[in-house]
Amino acid sequence: MATFEEKQPAVSMEKLKWMYEQMVKSRYYEDQMVEVYTEGKAPVFNIGAGPVPGEMHLSTGQEPAAVGICVHLTKDDTVTAPHRPHHHAIAKGVDLKKMTAEIFGKETGLGKGKGGHMHLFDPDVKFSCGGIVAAGIPHAAGAALASKMQGRDWVAVAFIGEGAANAGAFHESLNLAALWNLPLIVVVEDNSYGISVPKASSTAVASNDLRAAAYGISGAYVKGNDPIAMYKASEEAVARARAGQGPTIIEIETHRYLGHFQGDPELYRDKAEVPGLRQLDPILKLRNMLLEAEQVSEKEIEKIEKQAKKKVDEAYQFARDSKYPEPESALKDVFTS
Amino acid sequence: METAKKRILTGNKAMAEAIALEMERDPSVFVLGEDIGNYGGIFGSTQGLIEKFGAQRVLDTPISETAFIGAAIGAAAEGMRPVAELMFVDFFGVCMDQIYNHMAKIPYMSGGNVRLPMVLMTAVGGGYNDAAQHSQTLYATFGHMPGMKVVAPSTPYDLKGMMISAIRDDNPVLFMFHKSLQGLGWMEQLDVSAEHVPEEAYTVPLDKAKVVREGKDVTIVGVQMMTHYAVEAAERLAKEGIEAEVIDLRSIAPIDKDTILQSVKKTHRLFVVDEDYKSYGMTAEVTAIVAEEVFYDLEAPPRRLANPDVPIPYSRPLEDFVIPNVDRIFEQVKALMDEE
Ligand SMILES: Cc1ncc(C[n+]2csc(CCOP(=O)(O)OP(=O)(O)O)c2C)c(N)n1
Ligand SMILES: [Mg+2]
Repeated sequence: MATFEEKQPAVSMEKLKWMYEQMVKSRYYEDQMVEVYTEGKAPVFNIGAGPVPGEMHLSTGQEPAAVGICVHLTKDDTVTAPHRPHHHAIAKGVDLKKMTAEIFGKETGLGKGKGGHMHLFDPDVKFSCGGIVAAGIPHAAGAALASKMQGRDWVAVAFIGEGAANAGAFHESLNLAALWNLPLIVVVEDNSYGISVPKASSTAVASNDLRAAAYGISGAYVKGNDPIAMYKASEEAVARARAGQGPTIIEIETHRYLGHFQGDPELYRDKAEVPGLRQLDPILKLRNMLLEAEQVSEKEIEKIEKQAKKKVDEAYQFARDSKYPEPESALKDVFTS
Repeated sequence: METAKKRILTGNKAMAEAIALEMERDPSVFVLGEDIGNYGGIFGSTQGLIEKFGAQRVLDTPISETAFIGAAIGAAAEGMRPVAELMFVDFFGVCMDQIYNHMAKIPYMSGGNVRLPMVLMTAVGGGYNDAAQHSQTLYATFGHMPGMKVVAPSTPYDLKGMMISAIRDDNPVLFMFHKSLQGLGWMEQLDVSAEHVPEEAYTVPLDKAKVVREGKDVTIVGVQMMTHYAVEAAERLAKEGIEAEVIDLRSIAPIDKDTILQSVKKTHRLFVVDEDYKSYGMTAEVTAIVAEEVFYDLEAPPRRLANPDVPIPYSRPLEDFVIPNVDRIFEQVKALMDEE
């Protein structure tokens, strides 16, 4: 299969279908979250109200970054994600029911309601995320170090936003990973903004793959929010890491269709920007591409879509049906037993 | 004019106005931080500044807290008066070296020869389910380290007056504003987050607590949200014949011992309430001051209510359990009154 830019096939149909399914699942997951998050917050928006309170950072439009690399990973590889983690979690195979229950603050959630949407931990598939910008990068470097010390070929992927590439943790971790030749891949999702600040106003270089030169490692830039180009860049980076040939920075041009968080007035961007970006939607493009390749029927695609949505619906239902934790359980888990 | 006198401002508008007045008055004042330009600050404390003063004096920074807070220190040493914003106090971890080892210590280590006339303002507080990394107050973490004035105003009037004092002060001031008291349209609307604020510049001291409700039976000390909760609890206690005196601490460091001690000498009972962690916290400090200085004036052991030493959990029933509220203040003060 060709990238959106090129024409010759390169990716197996199975993998493409997997990526398509995860993207649809992720998109539908976020679409549902938009609705659920609004419950209890209308007519007057109140961040603390409704079944899902607190900040909510959605990944709608950014799916290619997650699926294009996670397609190369197994359960044994580590992923760390930032404050906008749902697409990564889905692509890494995090338990969708437990994840959703966590976001609803229920006792059946990944963290028994203690973590919430920015703090999801699923050790079964080696996934974690956090609310402090760039903090996941050194954790991924540490997972990569452990893999190396244990003689495994497991890799670690740290997802971050382009804004996070200006944090000290980014530079310190990459130097460390380069120095120790760790199997680390940092995926920078360039969605043009860190909250309201455009990339050009925060970043001294045009793209973050250029920064690879500072650490003597490989860098790649993926244009056009293209899952297949992401697949290819990631394939190389993951193979390099597994072979003990060190870290890579991949930056992908992607698009954030929604606000930084739900409720963001988005006064920093033109009202026409998002409708324009939605015209370039990667899910729609991949769908058309699959159909044009004539190896997948419309019917099969619909089946994939239905299946993905069913899993999401079940996860939301599970979350709604689950109980809230006992208040006193707040005192537990400060130390593990 | 009568209407002009009754001008009502929210907490964040009061802060932004204070900064604007000082920027007009003193060209060395400038503002830097994340999303403080066009966005006007995530919590609105820099609204309108970039329109008025331009991007030369209102600098949106990269997500590089060590760099821009460190740069504020360097600029302050050169005679500028930076007002830097750390978006949430919880992000202190990525820049604490600049704050703790440099901002707070350089004036002292230089034998007073280097001045750092800077303000580091930061949002604190929970209660809206933003979980463990976005809900802390950390009053004590900052109050503990000598070398910073640490203030936590509870009203729009004080936010403005104390911000002006902070900018004019020649020492580093850590200025904590509570998210819930900013009067933000997207949070629960609290009456106490908006009030009459005079248009002109005025100052409120950085080292004086304030008695916000007089009473003879028990002293309740709190700060920011806990002060407001204490006042509500006091109104309910009054219906049961208990007259509580409520002190709004306002300043974490230096702490205004006199106001606390005067009150306890009158009421003979102390209750301290804090949104921060309990151990080694503000409640411990206030209780220790009272025990050291007026122990024999006490009719009952002091009581304190604070976060029971757990990270702030996300889920609503869990967070509600952890953060003190009006009901618990009411009940526990009643219990304190029942003690011999
Ligand atoms: C250390 C730290 N500083 C600031 C923040 C506040 N913050 C949360 S997300 C964000 C912007 C992140 O931008 P980017 O890395 O591009 O990710 P995006 O939100 O675009 O996905 C900021 C400034 C934070 N969470 N942690
Ligand atoms: Mg971004």
